[in-house]
Amino acid sequence: MDAIATYALRLGDDSLILGQRLGEWCGHAPALEVDLSLANVALDQIGQATHFLNLAGALEGEGRDGDKLAFHRDVMDFTNCLLVEQPNGDFAQTIARLFLFAHYQELLFTALTASKDARLAAIAAKAVKETAYHATLVSDWVVRLGDGTEESRARMIAGLDWMWRFVDELFVMDEVDAAAIEAGVGVDKSALRGAWDQRIDAVLADATLERPAARRPVLGGRSGRHSEHLGHLLSEMQFLQRAYPGATW
Amino acid sequence: MSDASKEWPLWEVFVRGKGGLSHRHVGSVHAADAKMAIEHARDTYTRRMEGVSLWVLPSAQITSSDPGDAAALFEPAEDKVYRHPTFYKIPDGITHI
Repeated sequence: MDAIATYALRLGDDSLILGQRLGEWCGHAPALEVDLSLANVALDQIGQATHFLNLAGALEGEGRDGDKLAFHRDVMDFTNCLLVEQPNGDFAQTIARLFLFAHYQELLFTALTASKDARLAAIAAKAVKETAYHATLVSDWVVRLGDGTEESRARMIAGLDWMWRFVDELFVMDEVDAAAIEAGVGVDKSALRGAWDQRIDAVLADATLERPAARRPVLGGRSGRHSEHLGHLLSEMQFLQRAYPGATW
Repeated sequence: MSDASKEWPLWEVFVRGKGGLSHRHVGSVHAADAKMAIEHARDTYTRRMEGVSLWVLPSAQITSSDPGDAAALFEPAEDKVYRHPTFYKIPDGITHI
């Protein structure tokens, strides 16, 4: 894959893996309404993944579509950031992951609407409305849990603490980003960090929470060096196509 | 504290289908506060483009008529047919009337 195809692939992988993770809550959320909220976010993410991965496949030009890329790649070939593959944990840990990611994704998609690649810009323009809602929804939950009971507060703090070491990777730039920016197609992610920090700090202040202590960042997702959790996720997500290759319905 | 009192309170949900129509009652959601009620109503009742606007209100705020009073409240209207505006001609093509 060339740099632009890889760029689309990374965007698609982030959305796909987060969507799959959130889908794991289906039938298990604390309330029926919350079950629907999480499933809606999951479906938005999987819809975005479909667009980005179909585009990545088209740019690659070797006959792979979104489904092929989603269900017929192994762990090392996935390019999602480590944050989205982290386990759901309890409800607060799931909220922490979505909170940190949704604000990043909204800022990223907002900038991506100016991409010179009309297809990327169009996907971003559709997706940014979804992501803006996710950011609002999840921020409200951070405030409720953080400024809630003693137990919800302790769980919210623990959830943020678990996820915090995966934040820096969101804003790391490499040669793929450089090539995409050079072509006028990609976004300077490092330039989003200031706005992200402001948003996160404002919500944490509302939630009467402190920023977690700085941790040594964990990197590697973009180049296929994943945590142990992604393999387990894929074994469930890809089961059907591995057991019955080419099955349709 | 009983289990029932730990549940989130119930909110009634009203959806405006499109501009110009009134909000219609579509169901209810559980939520801890008004903002959560709007989010739950959005996620539960507008997944398929059903609406352009939402109202929620605490179910406990609704005062309803007593079913035991139904005869006194509603039956006297039964023989007042002259209150129906059925003696006007309605032009063709008028909807939502």
